[in-house]
Amino acid sequence: MNITLDKANVFFELPLTMNSRILILVAVVALVPAYLFPLWNMSFYSNQYTDGLSMQIYASQLEGGKSANRDDLREINSLNHYIGMRPLLESDFSEFTWLPFGIGALMLLSLRSLVIGKMANVVDVFVLFSYFGLFSLWSFYHRLYSYGHNLNPTAAIKVPPFTPPLLGTKQIANFTIYSFPDIASYALIAFSLLLLVAMFLSRKRA
Amino acid sequence: MGNKSKITWFGAGVLCALAVFAVLVSCGKKPKVERAGTAEAAIATYVAPGDTDPYYLFYSGGHSGNVFVAGVPSMRHIATIPVFSPYSSTGYGFDKETKQMLGEYTWGDVHHPALSETNGDYDGRWLFVNDNANNRVARIDLRDFKTRQILGPLPNVSGNHGSTFITPNSEYLLAASRFSIPLPKGTYAPVESYATAYNGVAAGIAIDPKSGEMSLGWEILMPPFDYDLGDAGKGVSNGWAFWTCYNSERATGKLEVTSTQKDRDYIAAVNWREAEKAIKDGKFKMLGGVKVINPKDTPGFVYFIPCSKSPHGVDVSPDGKYIIGSGKLQSITTVFNFEKIQTAIQNKDFSGNEDGIPVLNYDHVKDAEVNVGLGPLHTQFDDQGYAYTSLFVESAVAKWKLGTWEVVDKIPVTYNIGHLTAAEGDTMHPQGKYLVALNKLSHGRHMGVGPSQPECSQLIDVTGEKMKLLYDAFTEPEPHYAQIIRAEKIKPIEVYAKEDNKNPNAIWDVKDAGIVRSGNSLTVKMVAVRSSFEPNKIEVNLGDKVTIHVTNIEQTTDEIHGLGLNEYNINITVDPGETKTIEFAASKPGVFPYYCTNFCSALHQEMQGYLLVKPK
Repeated sequence: MNITLDKANVFFELPLTMNSRILILVAVVALVPAYLFPLWNMSFYSNQYTDGLSMQIYASQLEGGKSANRDDLREINSLNHYIGMRPLLESDFSEFTWLPFGIGALMLLSLRSLVIGKMANVVDVFVLFSYFGLFSLWSFYHRLYSYGHNLNPTAAIKVPPFTPPLLGTKQIANFTIYSFPDIASYALIAFSLLLLVAMFLSRKRA
Repeated sequence: MGNKSKITWFGAGVLCALAVFAVLVSCGKKPKVERAGTAEAAIATYVAPGDTDPYYLFYSGGHSGNVFVAGVPSMRHIATIPVFSPYSSTGYGFDKETKQMLGEYTWGDVHHPALSETNGDYDGRWLFVNDNANNRVARIDLRDFKTRQILGPLPNVSGNHGSTFITPNSEYLLAASRFSIPLPKGTYAPVESYATAYNGVAAGIAIDPKSGEMSLGWEILMPPFDYDLGDAGKGVSNGWAFWTCYNSERATGKLEVTSTQKDRDYIAAVNWREAEKAIKDGKFKMLGGVKVINPKDTPGFVYFIPCSKSPHGVDVSPDGKYIIGSGKLQSITTVFNFEKIQTAIQNKDFSGNEDGIPVLNYDHVKDAEVNVGLGPLHTQFDDQGYAYTSLFVESAVAKWKLGTWEVVDKIPVTYNIGHLTAAEGDTMHPQGKYLVALNKLSHGRHMGVGPSQPECSQLIDVTGEKMKLLYDAFTEPEPHYAQIIRAEKIKPIEVYAKEDNKNPNAIWDVKDAGIVRSGNSLTVKMVAVRSSFEPNKIEVNLGDKVTIHVTNIEQTTDEIHGLGLNEYNINITVDPGETKTIEFAASKPGVFPYYCTNFCSALHQEMQGYLLVKPK
């Protein structure tokens, strides 16, 4: 036990090699798309919407597909009101304030670890990232659950409470719903993998 | 012996009788009806489900007051655009704006649609149509396929038939009197004084190049003839306008006889740039409240070209070199040469005059008389240098070559063709491919529908040496002329974007809906959205003036809502993103339901409300 702790202590004290530091910098840069691109993409297909209604969830906003002939978010809300679902409103999502803040914090802490050059700091960032990522997923799932379960009892069409899919495909009434991560999520995953590799490259004393 | 010869004679007699009978029977057989009937024609016109046609066809709807839109080659009717008549399908003529546009008239007679042009080719922006009955012209915006302006009744113009032929850069559309009257309108003169006291008018309606807004350009006082069809010069003849006219006899009474005594009538040729200048230079008199040029006082810009009698179409070839006039009572169509016309004018080579307007020498300005067949009416062009002339009496289309004047093919049509229209066939760059024969009579070539019969439009393939009949389509009365344009030239919207709705009475949130009273007037701001009206209850007092502004806040294609108010004769249709206004007096006490007329959703039936009118 003590040996393991000692080993761990030695590991946390390891300095970061130049390659690791460069990788951390790359990881920070890899997070930039997380601001620019959607995290998640949901699309809704039915006979009336063969081209699919689409909705993108960004770190800071909610955006529906838009064309000259249709505003998808408006359309999704129009349809949802029949089953008594609350309209999806950007202002209802606290995520849109704390998500960009969280990503920014990860970037700053990564840069800090790069400058200080100690393994322990990278481990901190990685742990924080894991917590942040899992919490965000839970929060997103909880949103889906509560939208699908808090249906207005006076709705015209009564449907049993449901949870739209977090990941994958699900048939709900006449709609097939697809829900998949998008570029920003891949950026987050790339960030974590780069951190892991950076730690791996500095695992031994030079 | 005697008996035997008797029998022989009897036998011969029977045989003769049988032969005569057989001949009579075979003569009485109906001639073979033209049929496409081939798999080839079926494939050529087949547009698979989900696919769209490569061409739009805009038919004039005649006295229906409408314009019909179809696809070519499928010939499927897609939409009806109401112009001069109320049309409850789209609530046209029920809301404040369209009611004002229609004014006191509930019908019009749409004859000759003209697509707007840039450099002599269709640009897909607007479609203009005329009203032969109430002397109006109208503009349809091809952004939303809606009538956006009606101008008229035009002062002095009476029976606006020679319209709306357009100039190559949409500077003007033409208008002219088919029925001369004493001018200005409102003047009384006995019909016996027709030859001297009545006048026709030829006019140019100016078009704003940006907005398409029409206004009066110039008017010319003309002798009392019946001005029929027109066309604007293009290419070398750009700057000129042409109209045929019948009844150069200045006859009255039974025109069928009295106006067909002379061998020739005229084509009026007008230099419209000179007309424009004359107006600018102040060479006009006010008549009927507008500026009218009298060629007697301002000579040198209007001429008459003799043409076979009772002419209908005058059509300018794609390069503008030839002016083709068709006299519907003869078997030839005459090709006039624009350069020869110009030379004759320069040399003052005139054979006489009509009220001071010089008449050119027929033989000095014509290039050819083409033997097209009986009753030539109207000519269109293709991309291979051929002209196509409709033959009313013969019920056929003749194909002939410009330059050699040789008739190369003829195809029978069913029956009595009036106009014809080829793909972009009156522009500087015709498309060829298709031609539609607009036949006046269908003679039961369709399923029986009683004595009131539809018109028959036939699609003809003009790609090969020989014309091929592809398809019969039937339309309500009554297409006169039509336009065919490549589909990609038109880019219609499907939704009015919220940002573009500048109506001050538009509201976009159910929270903003409500009722405001001011004295005896009630103003309702209403939202229509799947599947409710807000407000869904309007309480008024008997005699109140009620104004309802309805905004359809949908932004999805085809999510149209209608508002019908029972027993108040109110019916409007509001497209996605549109705001419409209805005004009425609450003249009947009681409770009147209003409901969505245009099917919108699973709860469409539930989209309803009540107007409650409190008795005094």
